[in-house]
Amino acid sequence: MIEVRWHGRGGQGAVTSVELLAQAAIGVGKYAQGFPSFGPERRGAPVAAFSRIDDKKIKVRSGIYQPDVVIVLDSSLIGLVNVTEGLKPDGILIVNTTKSPKDVKKELNFSGIVATVDGTGIARKEMGVPIANTTMIGALIKMTGFMGLDDLKESVEHRFGRIAQKNLTAMKRAYEEIKSSN
Amino acid sequence: MAKRVGMEVALAVAEAVGQCNIDMAAVYPITPQSHIGEHLSDLVADGKIDAEFVTVESEHSAISAIIGASGTGARVYTATSSQGLMLMHEILPIASAMRLPLVMGIANRAVSGPLNILNDHSDIMPQRDCGWISLFVENGQEAIDLSIQAFKIAEHKEVNLPVCVNIDGFQLTHMVEPVEFPDQELVDKFLPARVPFATLHPSKPVTMGAFSMADYFTEIMKAKDEALKNSKKTILAVWAEWAKMFGRTYKPVETYKAEGAEILLLTMGSMSETAELAIDELRAKGLAVGLVKLRLWRPFPFAEIKEVLLSAKKVLVTDRAVSFGGPGGPVCSEIKAALYNEKDRPTIYNCIIGLGGRDVTVADFASMIKKVAEEEANKNADTYEFWGVRE
Repeated sequence: MIEVRWHGRGGQGAVTSVELLAQAAIGVGKYAQGFPSFGPERRGAPVAAFSRIDDKKIKVRSGIYQPDVVIVLDSSLIGLVNVTEGLKPDGILIVNTTKSPKDVKKELNFSGIVATVDGTGIARKEMGVPIANTTMIGALIKMTGFMGLDDLKESVEHRFGRIAQKNLTAMKRAYEEIKSSN
Repeated sequence: MAKRVGMEVALAVAEAVGQCNIDMAAVYPITPQSHIGEHLSDLVADGKIDAEFVTVESEHSAISAIIGASGTGARVYTATSSQGLMLMHEILPIASAMRLPLVMGIANRAVSGPLNILNDHSDIMPQRDCGWISLFVENGQEAIDLSIQAFKIAEHKEVNLPVCVNIDGFQLTHMVEPVEFPDQELVDKFLPARVPFATLHPSKPVTMGAFSMADYFTEIMKAKDEALKNSKKTILAVWAEWAKMFGRTYKPVETYKAEGAEILLLTMGSMSETAELAIDELRAKGLAVGLVKLRLWRPFPFAEIKEVLLSAKKVLVTDRAVSFGGPGGPVCSEIKAALYNEKDRPTIYNCIIGLGGRDVTVADFASMIKKVAEEEANKNADTYEFWGVRE
């Protein structure tokens, strides 16, 4: 089982990401959960969302405290929120930033793999909005490989209709452009 | 075979209710129930289901409106949570006394105060004695299945009682997970149109909800008690039919690795599958432990509870609510009552867990069981513990 924690700000679509990812994984025959950090949420305030993906039925319903992967949708949260809290020492930290993986790794003093991509830049270019939630799914797929980029197609089309292709293109670009520290 | 899809459970519940050919729904929004009502209202507005969706100004009105509609012979639904359920409280026993087959989804949430929107069972427990059939689910699939079954149970000619389906708030309602919807054709076959025993109609007047003083009140209360107890036969029959048609089996009391267990953990609701993982862990270490899951809260399944619990030496009952100044948790009270007259009964322990959204992990369940394993069995042990409380 792979457990993922998403950090974003209210309105940046972290919850949409975990929904899309769970729907896509289930769509290709896997088992998955997608859930928000339960409780009140406010636009702009730091929020978290969570994904679990497995090949067999997932029974656990408690929170995720030791994720395998952490995705940071908004790099301004670094320093504000302890984004590596509980992240497995050999886990993967994926950050939406223009900084290099090396710089982020040093900044956070994290032992595992750090990967970065300018998700906001890609989203702005491909979709005309600075919201990188779907874009960063491409980065996650590349860094974990638990499913293919094509597996997202149906869920993204179902969710976004006319603008689905733009989201898929942005995802593909993040998949191709993400750079990793190891 | 239906296709597995990923869907938020609250939306899935609304979709399932939409499969039940309802005539009318009245829902007032409250977290974490709101997505059920919102999606149901979408289904009606989009013309996907042919029903009236009545927007009301409170939960008190929601329950009152569906009582009126049910009296005319309509198939009706509402959903609520926490404070909303508390506001409905005064109407709930009236619905059961009027023998109206209402169906209500409850996104279980802690009751204020302090204000808290997260999951526990303190909203349903004060409704325990209102004469409703009360069922619990542990995952999204069960939420779909029981929401559909609820109509068949409620409307059965030998039941005619309101049914509530308890769906843990957030832990279930806000979870995107795999679910499959039964084929509409099969649902239509399983759930034919309601046949009411009487209806409100201007051209054929009847009295519903009449006044009754001491001369008949006791008899009416006894009749309600008998009706609720007798409903178990129908519930079992409906579950047998469901298993045959849809392949998923439901029982009033379900077990997991309980055979030969010396210690049994008892849970109700969405924490049950997490608890199963703790049982797996302890069984692997050689401990004779098992899990008992209570699905049917009312009518309380005394016979089934005795059947599974009496072989154990110790039983650890978990409760998601507190009976303040009382014997601990309300579930444990019932379990003790069920076993009191048995000569060789297990020692019963009680942990109050998961209040107001407090997370309970696999490790928590394992620690709870290990603690009980180490204690000397004593039938007079009459204690309960607020698990993990900071003092």
